[in-house]
Amino acid sequence: MTALLALAVIASFGALTVAAHAGAAGALFWTSVIAATGLAAWLVQRLGDAPERGLPSLGAPLVFGAALLALWEVLVVGLSVPMVLLPAPSAIALRMASAGPLLWQDFTQTFLKAVLAGYAIGCGAGFMLALVADRVPFLRRGLLPLGHLVAALPVVGIAPIMVMWFGFDWPSKAAVVVAMTFFPMLVNTVAGLAAAGALERDLMRSYAASPGQTLWLLKLPAALPFIFTALKVNAPLALIGAIVAEFFGSPTYGMGFRITTEAAKLALDLVWAEIIVAAVAGSAFYGLVALAERAATFWHPSVRS
Amino acid sequence: MSRNLLPVLTICAGLILLWYGGAIWMNWQVVADTQARAGATPGLMDMVRLTLNHARPLLPAPHQILDELWRSTATLPVTSRRSLVHHAWVTLSAALVGFGMGTAVGVLLAVAVVHIRALERSLMPWIVASQAVPVLALAPIVIVALGAMGLEGLLPKAIIAAYLCFFPIAIGMVKGLRAPDAMARDLMRTWSATPAQMFWKLRLPASLPFLFAGLKVAMAAAVVGAIVAELPAGAQAGLGARLLAGSYFGQTIQIWAALVAAAILSATLVGALGAAERAVARRMGMRA
Repeated sequence: MTALLALAVIASFGALTVAAHAGAAGALFWTSVIAATGLAAWLVQRLGDAPERGLPSLGAPLVFGAALLALWEVLVVGLSVPMVLLPAPSAIALRMASAGPLLWQDFTQTFLKAVLAGYAIGCGAGFMLALVADRVPFLRRGLLPLGHLVAALPVVGIAPIMVMWFGFDWPSKAAVVVAMTFFPMLVNTVAGLAAAGALERDLMRSYAASPGQTLWLLKLPAALPFIFTALKVNAPLALIGAIVAEFFGSPTYGMGFRITTEAAKLALDLVWAEIIVAAVAGSAFYGLVALAERAATFWHPSVRS
Repeated sequence: MSRNLLPVLTICAGLILLWYGGAIWMNWQVVADTQARAGATPGLMDMVRLTLNHARPLLPAPHQILDELWRSTATLPVTSRRSLVHHAWVTLSAALVGFGMGTAVGVLLAVAVVHIRALERSLMPWIVASQAVPVLALAPIVIVALGAMGLEGLLPKAIIAAYLCFFPIAIGMVKGLRAPDAMARDLMRTWSATPAQMFWKLRLPASLPFLFAGLKVAMAAAVVGAIVAELPAGAQAGLGARLLAGSYFGQTIQIWAALVAAAILSATLVGALGAAERAVARRMGMRA
């Protein structure tokens, strides 16, 4: 039954897309659009109510997303919405295919250079300072409130200053990313290093473990979930920081540069293509960190269950 | 808190010292070049004085920023286009309107997700996925698209701020509305509570701490959203416009002053939410 319904939804939206592109936009067309949307909603409802069996839990959101995309295409083409407002998914896909090298160049500049370099330096520096702060209580008590305060501040605003200091190319963007990722890492790692219980610490002392051994064998493993939380929070932050920093000046390529200039030229299909690249890169980055977390903290209750 | 006061002050003092040292170091070359061109050979103390009072320094000293802040807030009329109060208000109003809209959307979404099972399975993953889109990168599109529809000024900025806001609120609220355990829900049922009573008397009060945690994250995000939304449109007013204009004309002190103003604005708003949270918790008899 569900499979039949799915087939009906696919067939009806397929036909509607073809009809929309052929220029049919009469009363019959719009009635069919409403009917097809109803069918899709029913399918989502059925999948959502189905008992969890692994596949359906993924099925409902996928169908929902696909239906939304199909509806977007049909509505934009059927209503002939101007490109300036919202390009059709097919137009974006065509542009992604034709502008491949350009997108790759922007991706290299912004993601592979600025984001990755800034992320590594920012997280690394935050981690190092947290290790020091863990050994010096005075430093820890002074740094933690400041770290929490910075979370409430618009850090990305330092972009114009970084552009002034480090020039238009990617190092200035990496510097913004460093500033954005540093404090979440510091605060989380400090909290994580304090997470090991007093009992375990006393046990290490009774084994006459050196501070280095205590750190390596007890505190760091206990801190891993916290460190990965910071790594996950920082992944999208880093991408946003690099893109926004490019709004303040960049060489004539880069994702943020492309988005602003093409939006000003009203070439919105290219802008959307760039956004999709950014979204996929951001999700993949986050996903990789999450996978690494599962591999590294396999013993933690939140992963085991 | 008072236990942390001394360490925090020490570190702040250290940072300010570092800042002055950095200002001397970073501005040294510029000052030395100007002096050499003028044929002057200033002594060490003169050099330090010049580096800390340069008009367009690479890194302005803290007192220069405070001076600029004071000049552009207190000595100018609030209506002046050069007044920082004026610019801060433009950004603040957009951030607050966006925060209001984002809160409404986030809370409604959370209530819907908790009560309608099919929505949870189909919508929730997309709420999460919507955050994978680097939202701030969407800012130029939103501005251009809304501009084509004739909407300009405050509303496009507020919409961007709202998009950034709704997610932490929705996630926190869903978690909060689910916080009452089966025992509490069963108790309500034995009292034959209606679904509405269940919602108003159990789920909503239980969700407040989670809601406030989300609100605080969202408030900071709304300020960032309002500032960044001012960048691509070439806005005439607002803290973001101040940052952009400062970076075009090399007015470092102006950039820093706008940045400090943004920081104060954001910290005050988040602090106010924290105070509201404590007041609400006290009224509800929760002692933190």
